[in-house]
Amino acid sequence: MHLDWTALGEVTAVSIGVTIAVVVVFAVGVLGVARHEDTREHSGTSVLGMAQAGLCFLACAAVVAYGICLIVPQFH
Amino acid sequence: MDHITFLVAVVIVTALAFDFTNGFHDTANAMATSIATGALKPRVAVLISGVLNVVGAFLSTEVAKTISGGIVNDALVTPGMIFAGLIGAILWNLVTWLAGLPSSSSHALFGGLIGAVWVGAGSGAVNFDKVVEKILIPAVASPVVAGLAALTATYLAYRLTARARKESVTKGFRLGQVASASLVSLAHGTNDAQKTMGVITLTLISAGALGHDAGPPVWVIGTSGLAIGLGTYLGGWRIIRTMGKGLTEIQSPQGFAAETASTTVILTSAHLGFALSTTQVASGSILGAGLGRRLAEVRWGIAGRMALAWLITLPSAALVGGVAASVVKHGGDIGTAIIALVAAAVAAGIFAVARRNPVAANNVNDHHEVTIRKPAPSHVGPVA
Repeated sequence: MHLDWTALGEVTAVSIGVTIAVVVVFAVGVLGVARHEDTREHSGTSVLGMAQAGLCFLACAAVVAYGICLIVPQFH
Repeated sequence: MDHITFLVAVVIVTALAFDFTNGFHDTANAMATSIATGALKPRVAVLISGVLNVVGAFLSTEVAKTISGGIVNDALVTPGMIFAGLIGAILWNLVTWLAGLPSSSSHALFGGLIGAVWVGAGSGAVNFDKVVEKILIPAVASPVVAGLAALTATYLAYRLTARARKESVTKGFRLGQVASASLVSLAHGTNDAQKTMGVITLTLISAGALGHDAGPPVWVIGTSGLAIGLGTYLGGWRIIRTMGKGLTEIQSPQGFAAETASTTVILTSAHLGFALSTTQVASGSILGAGLGRRLAEVRWGIAGRMALAWLITLPSAALVGGVAASVVKHGGDIGTAIIALVAAAVAAGIFAVARRNPVAANNVNDHHEVTIRKPAPSHVGPVA
């Protein structure tokens, strides 16, 4: 019986790394939205908050697009 | 259609029935946390999941060349053994569904096949090395990896957003969940519908209706996709309740972290050639997400029952598959018909028992436990 420990380690490292990265970036994006909504209540706008949210969600969308590429064999 | 004998027709119908149970057993993997957090309405969630499963079935062009990935010797497998194995897998899926336990449909299928092939062709036709390598190791490793990823991600998500407005955070992560849950469904469709297509295609090849190395005909892709999509849409509400409510109370940041962890683990392992069970990955993620939020309660009793179900899934399906195979082997077409009728009767019985305390879209989030008997009415006063 042959166990491929390298592949197992790779799956572990990549899975944990990607999950944490996506969730952290998304959380930062949500923070941006929250800041924007906060300032809007005090009749202001937070351009910085919106920009932060936009960038983060764009990054997450890119990861999702890559995920779809991996799922659909026609894109390989 | 000369080549479609009685046995082959029965195998095709049984494979589609397994595909259907696979669908409603696994809806929970993608959608349980989205339903629990209110990111998606229950019926909308199962509709999205069902459609994406059908889409996934059509997208995948890589033909399953072996039914089992080398776990049993495919050259010795006959349609009768495939039929017996499928019966074992279907019955085990229905029993665990009744109990609301998320067990692996792939393990049920492998178990059924191992049992049937062992009885039909001897223990030499089962590659026990492969069983360890392809089933046992991923079964232990994948939920742990997914759990660790979800735990860390959940912890960080709560740390980062601790000071932000609660409504904004909840709303933001709910929207994110729609995307993450959809990806799990799509990945599921490309994997699991493919298994049934492989089974039907190999049966047709062994019966001479298709040439060797033929791909699945369009009608096989279509029916397999529809069977799993329909099963997904009808929704395994009992299992959705256990995974969404039973293991831990899920909030939207946890749901997002859990689904992201499931997706990445499924995709990275598929990319590197590891076979794993979507069910076990998703359960591991949800447990991890429960542990990652401070003060979140994880119900270890339910988690323990679930782990026990994982342990006995393969042997139980193998036992049923083995018994069915011995009847088919000695009884021929009549034996096959008897097994099919008995299985249909048992399935009908399980559905009848489930109706006593049904779980459906309207009450899926009401409780955290799935019971078979109706709970005692609460308005009855204490007896003096």
